[in-house]
Amino acid sequence: MEITAAEALIRCLEKENVEIIFGYPGGANLPVYDALYRSTRINHVLVRHEQGAVHAADGYARVTGKVGVCLATSGPGATNLVTGIANAYMDSIPLLALTGQVSTSQVGTDAFQEVDITGITLPITKHNYLVKDPRKLPGIVKSAFHIAATGRPGPVLIDLPRDVAQAMIEFKYPASVRLPGYKPTYRGHPTRIHEIAGLIKQSHRPVIYAGGGILSANAAAELLQLAELISAPVTNTFMGLASFPGDHPLFLGMLGMHGTRYANLAVTECDMLIALGARFDDRVTMHLQSFAPEATVIHIDIDPAEIGKNVITHVPLVGDVKLILRALLQGLEKIDRSPWLDRIRELKAQYPLTYCRDGRLKPQFVIEQLSRHTQGKAIIATDVGQHQMWVAQYYHFRQPRTLISSGGLGAMGFGLPAAIGASLGSPGELVVLVTGDGSLQMTMQELGTMREQGLPLKILMLNNFCLGMVRQLQEFYCEGRYMGVNFTFHPDFELLAKAYGMTGYTFRTEEDVIKLLPEALATPGPVLINCLVPPEENVMPMVLAGKGIAEPVDR
Amino acid sequence: MVVPARELLGVVAVEGGFGRMKHTLAVLVENRPGVLVRVAGLFSRRGFNIESLTVGRTENPDVSRMTIEVDGDDRLIEQVTKQLHKLIDVIKISDISREEYVDRDLVMIKVAAEPSQRVEIMQMAGIFRARVVDLGRKTMTLECTGNEGKINAFEESLRPYGIKELVRTGKVAMLRGSKFAGVGSGTRSSSDDE
Repeated sequence: MEITAAEALIRCLEKENVEIIFGYPGGANLPVYDALYRSTRINHVLVRHEQGAVHAADGYARVTGKVGVCLATSGPGATNLVTGIANAYMDSIPLLALTGQVSTSQVGTDAFQEVDITGITLPITKHNYLVKDPRKLPGIVKSAFHIAATGRPGPVLIDLPRDVAQAMIEFKYPASVRLPGYKPTYRGHPTRIHEIAGLIKQSHRPVIYAGGGILSANAAAELLQLAELISAPVTNTFMGLASFPGDHPLFLGMLGMHGTRYANLAVTECDMLIALGARFDDRVTMHLQSFAPEATVIHIDIDPAEIGKNVITHVPLVGDVKLILRALLQGLEKIDRSPWLDRIRELKAQYPLTYCRDGRLKPQFVIEQLSRHTQGKAIIATDVGQHQMWVAQYYHFRQPRTLISSGGLGAMGFGLPAAIGASLGSPGELVVLVTGDGSLQMTMQELGTMREQGLPLKILMLNNFCLGMVRQLQEFYCEGRYMGVNFTFHPDFELLAKAYGMTGYTFRTEEDVIKLLPEALATPGPVLINCLVPPEENVMPMVLAGKGIAEPVDR
Repeated sequence: MVVPARELLGVVAVEGGFGRMKHTLAVLVENRPGVLVRVAGLFSRRGFNIESLTVGRTENPDVSRMTIEVDGDDRLIEQVTKQLHKLIDVIKISDISREEYVDRDLVMIKVAAEPSQRVEIMQMAGIFRARVVDLGRKTMTLECTGNEGKINAFEESLRPYGIKELVRTGKVAMLRGSKFAGVGSGTRSSSDDE
């Protein structure tokens, strides 16, 4: 029996076990919505802006590990996805973006709501497709899921012209994909693994530098085993946070620009740096020549292009980090490194993370309390800015996939929609959005989506009446000439909470936090907590541009 | 899409970079619309310079072959190769300039030629084994194939007569002997991580 290509698309999604689509309808994707109408297995979440759809799909993917799916119409619908697609690309998140397109006869004529979205998203997708032949659609969808979820994950976009969506085809979902140019390497080379095991045994001061790849590969358990077996301290990149227990004695916290001093000093002093699923990002290395100057660098990553891109690697190994770690663990025995671990303890004692408690409500204090009350086990979504760095520093994550945040792209406005996606992907779990007064107002419209979906999000807003991270940059780089960073108007956030049927709180003092935070977190339904914090508080330590990570400023 | 501006200007100096040299990459890609844009876009956004690029069909109708000339040191070429490999439509990449290879470029030159000069120009063409492919009242069009050096020499020898129009196909290249850069061949592709 023949069905429309749009119906075939929905059947393909069902075959891929898609349970939820975040979308926004329009003219060009009408056939797809018409097909969705008949689906009993896919739940459609209507967002308030397409950017919300793509970030929500991203948040859902980060929590579940599945491919997140979002759907938009042509033209503005498609362009509104762009930030979110770029975000997923930078953070290697598996995502499928479906866009409607004008009919094939109109493509290229500057038709109403036409944009060349495959052209626009070329540099920010792992791959994309413009479907011209309806019979090829099932194969394309199959390939898209395969490409998005395997190897180094990433977003894939399928652009579906309206007439193609309406064409009748015989539906058959292919059992396999044919992609001669796409064959990710999973198994690490055994000789190399053996060589690495030998080098680890010889090293005296190893540091494990673990990134988001650990989470993509679900290799947190193997990471913990390795660290304990070889007695190596672990530092995380921002993307790698939550892949190693935040309260573990071997944990050094985050490294880099706003990393802990002890993580940065350990990396500077180490004789071996074991990079696992990390990419030596500029916010991690800062001044390249002074990064891990004494270390033999072992770089394990699934993406060959990351190896040797920024730093010279002594021992490269391409493959799936989980499989490689399992193989590596077999070739290793318990190694005791008391002198090195003593040194780490010394560094931790000498340079702890600190902030000044002067009676005012400090943002760091709020995050510390949040970490304590949730025992590091809540799912924490964040936006981008100072609050995000304070979460990275003061929240002690205990379980993988519990930090939902925009790392590589640093897209403000990510938080709320991503928290919505994360919450839908983890029913019954406590999801806390830590955000700022700047970020929240970028995608605040999604409060409507949150309510409609009945999600009990706890939104903790660190409100300093300014764009704190930029303000901090202007303090350091522009000698305090604050331009375009101060808000002179804010809505009444308690009234805003009320307007969206949320319970509103305002925290002004440490006592408020101590007394009311547990209550706010335990309140059923959505909660908006407005924490009034001083605008001049800076994220410290901070490594200034051009400096090595061992020489941060403290305040 | 050949003949970079600096070559037209006669600038041959290559600046900076240890071990910097021209590499010729044979890139096999799926014969699909948009592949050229993907490859060209990758070069521009990653800041790699293409010296020349040609595309054409191969023995397999589903596969096209690009010959890309890139100028850079080994590290850059490694990055170019790895980034190209990330494109789903790219099947295989071989840096054939690491081995013995043959390369050819084709040029067509329309040169000013009064009837009295034709014999002289034809004799010159003979030296380069070029052929006359068209004749106008005051022009001659010649075709010549060869490697880059020969084509450049041919162009120089015609320059005094007045070159009215010139077009080059860009370089195509192939490994010598029984080695292949094609699909399923034994030649080690430089994508291998080891």
